[in-house]
Amino acid sequence: MTSTTTSAATTEQAVPAPVAATVDYLDRRVGLGFAIRGLARKLFPDHWSFLLGEIALYSFIVLILSGIFLTMFFVPSMAEVHYPENALPVTMQGVEMSEAFASTLNLSFHVRGGLLMRQIHHWAALMFVGSMVVHMLRVFFTGAFRKPRELNWVVGFTMLVLSLLAGLTGYSLPDDVLSGNGLRITDGVVRSIPIIGAYMSYMVFGGEFPGTEVIPRMFTLHILLIPGLILALLALHLFLVFWQKHTQYPGPGRTDKNVVGYPLLPVYTAKAGGFFFIVFGVLALMGATMSINSVWNYGPFDPALVSAGAQPDWYMLFLEGSLRLMPGQTEFVILGWTLSLNVLIPAVVVPGLLFTFLGAYPFVENAITKDVGEHHVLDRPRNAATRTALGTAFLSVFFVLLVTGANDLVATHFGLSLNAITLVLRVLIFVLPVVVFIVTKRVCLSLQRKDREVVLHGHETGIVRRTADGRFYEVHKPLDEYERWVRVGHHVYRPLELPPREDARGVRRPGGRADGIRTRLSRFFFEDRVEPVTPAELAAAQSHGEHDELPAAPEGSSAAELAGTRGTSH
Amino acid sequence: MSIEKSSHSGEHRELGGSAGLPERFENPGLEPHRHRLADSDPKRAKRSERQIALIFTISILASIAGVVGYAVFPVDIDRASVLNVRWSTLVVGLGLGIGMLGIGVAAVQWARALMDDGEKIEDRHPMSAGPAAHQQSLEILRQGADEANIARRPVLKGAIAGALALAPLPFLVPLIGNLGADWDISKFKRTAWAPREDGSGDPERFFEGTYRYLARDPQDTKIRAADVTNGNIVHVIPHGLPEEEHYLEEKAKAVVLLVRVDPSILKEAPERADWSYDGIVAYSKICTHVGCPVALYEQQTHHVLCPCHQSTFDITDAAKVVFGPAKRALPQLPIKVDPEGYLYAAADFDEPVGPSYWQRER
Repeated sequence: MTSTTTSAATTEQAVPAPVAATVDYLDRRVGLGFAIRGLARKLFPDHWSFLLGEIALYSFIVLILSGIFLTMFFVPSMAEVHYPENALPVTMQGVEMSEAFASTLNLSFHVRGGLLMRQIHHWAALMFVGSMVVHMLRVFFTGAFRKPRELNWVVGFTMLVLSLLAGLTGYSLPDDVLSGNGLRITDGVVRSIPIIGAYMSYMVFGGEFPGTEVIPRMFTLHILLIPGLILALLALHLFLVFWQKHTQYPGPGRTDKNVVGYPLLPVYTAKAGGFFFIVFGVLALMGATMSINSVWNYGPFDPALVSAGAQPDWYMLFLEGSLRLMPGQTEFVILGWTLSLNVLIPAVVVPGLLFTFLGAYPFVENAITKDVGEHHVLDRPRNAATRTALGTAFLSVFFVLLVTGANDLVATHFGLSLNAITLVLRVLIFVLPVVVFIVTKRVCLSLQRKDREVVLHGHETGIVRRTADGRFYEVHKPLDEYERWVRVGHHVYRPLELPPREDARGVRRPGGRADGIRTRLSRFFFEDRVEPVTPAELAAAQSHGEHDELPAAPEGSSAAELAGTRGTSH
Repeated sequence: MSIEKSSHSGEHRELGGSAGLPERFENPGLEPHRHRLADSDPKRAKRSERQIALIFTISILASIAGVVGYAVFPVDIDRASVLNVRWSTLVVGLGLGIGMLGIGVAAVQWARALMDDGEKIEDRHPMSAGPAAHQQSLEILRQGADEANIARRPVLKGAIAGALALAPLPFLVPLIGNLGADWDISKFKRTAWAPREDGSGDPERFFEGTYRYLARDPQDTKIRAADVTNGNIVHVIPHGLPEEEHYLEEKAKAVVLLVRVDPSILKEAPERADWSYDGIVAYSKICTHVGCPVALYEQQTHHVLCPCHQSTFDITDAAKVVFGPAKRALPQLPIKVDPEGYLYAAADFDEPVGPSYWQRER
């Protein structure tokens, strides 16, 4: 094999002998040749939005690396100690605190690079969850979750839930006032669960809150169990991306049966590999220059202390907001049993519904479209108007919860009444998603109509001409076939039309009810739609709209001008 | 015309006639590739190469600077200063950050400027292995089941299901069983304010050895009723609690807010008439929503507010909820004064403090 490589490579540079020898060695033992042949020139489509998932992946690697550093110096113990009198910071000298908090201070002040690593770790955590969420939105709005990728969506969704747990358990470890109150809220939420709530609280804390068990337990979950699970799912996620090949945006030459892109070796290795270093570099710069979670300002946990205006990490803010939004009247005592709906609904039911929507969406949409084909070309969000509208409505609920989570800051910054803000938000959480749904859907349909218009009549050029008989018209530049394809190539779904529930003799068909629901949902999804332009329509538009066409051949100068406009518009 | 608002469509596509035109546009195929200047101009390519080399060099220098920063700014306990901590963090961080960023930017620039930028096309294959393979798989599964003789042995099926269901229990029961320690949730109902009915309490901390004195948090000093001025709020713990076992667990239940208001505006239920002393009332500081400390007192309105979720309680009206996600009023601690004027708790709270739970009223 080595000899053929060298002899065949007379015109191009030969593979260096040590590389060839290594490949040969590994090929004879583990069949590396299969991997290289199968993977090295694998194509990946290029688009900035495909980097979002990469940011999440690289943030996770940074989390693991900085986390390993932190575990070397952090002591996950709730034993009480007095902070040394000669150690920094001065405000904490001699203060009684848990070993967890003391070791957090020590690694921040007396370990070189320790504070840097803590800050990198925290920023990376925020970035990790943030990029995951945005990546998920990209996948949602472009329909990348459609067949055959529904299962990978579920894998990603599970990683999101796990990453929230990772954040919650990690945030609790330093045992400062803020994290302690976070745990206390967790305790309150757990207790609201009917029947077993109080026992589950005991299970979490090893007895009453706060106890001495919770930090060692959270530590184990945070550094072993949760990252282990995320790592396993990550491997599966990436394997499926390789196996199923990446989706691509619609464009000339792109179909459901091909991939258009750059090969893994060398372009993608350089770009994706380089991007890892960029993400790491940016996170390191953030850790170096932007202080975060300076726990010595809050002090060690004391169940009697709390600080006003404190917000949890952003990804937990929606839960905080949800808890704040709920009116308290909804706690009931039934036959002596307390049902605390004022906590259960906002902290368990609402996130449950939001996550169920996310996790189940691909399957719901598939049930509605009854689609059987594979989809590898992405949707432009406007062309899936109802899905896009549902997504934005979902986001609007999320944003209302975020704002509620920060309602005290809104009140103090804008000089508004806290109670008034909360009351308004209580209405908005129901009204806003409906409004946002309708508006988004209309905007999508308008954009589709705009696409039709551009395809039929071309781009406005801003050039106004006068004809010999004195009429004025604006020159429109027709689209070339590549530009046009993006606007006319998509598939338009129609509402399902199923046979009636009863046959001619009034006998009910089995499965009629489910089909009825499906038909109604399908109508909800696809009733309003804009058809893409057909070749016939384009021909018709061009035959009766002479003034929109290119000026006739004799005007040689205008052709040159048009060529110029074409150049600038690209 | 272009929007169809009906469920029975289908015919609409016929418009415009069909003078030999296809039903839909056809995919025109890849756009022609446009070459970069560097592809044809060796000078430009050379310039890109120098750029990339420069960025790598910056990365190298930054990495070295980061290591130097590690050595230059000591943070050992005897030589540390806040300034050193700051500089160490900054220099090591910048070194690490710029070192990494340089590699990344250079690599991406390399890919953009010098590597082949022609997009390539590769075929996809359907995910499914195909109907023949499907049949084959089913056949293999059937054969496996046949050879195992499952179908004709229902007893075996039941037995293996039962065994598999039960086998994890000796693992799970000890795991979960130990997590909750003694599982005695009745502790929620008792706080450190409970009188020592046998009179065994330290007389310094317990009035007549029985009733616990109120003390300031965190100084742990007794509180004279006369020192509690109108409009002031005092954060209270049971006297002597910091020296006791399970301090944090007990404190998490026993913290109390002490407020004196004008007795004339105090609305008191008849059965609680002797729970306050001369306008001084004591309420649990633990929010009845999810348990944050209710820490903010508004003098004008006599409201206390929980900063976590903004439940607001009216101190003059039995600490009932006036706004927010909590339902129940803050539990009241009955207080009295001893002959020297010090406040003590006449009884424990008459209900569990803090968040609700299913068995709360049982």
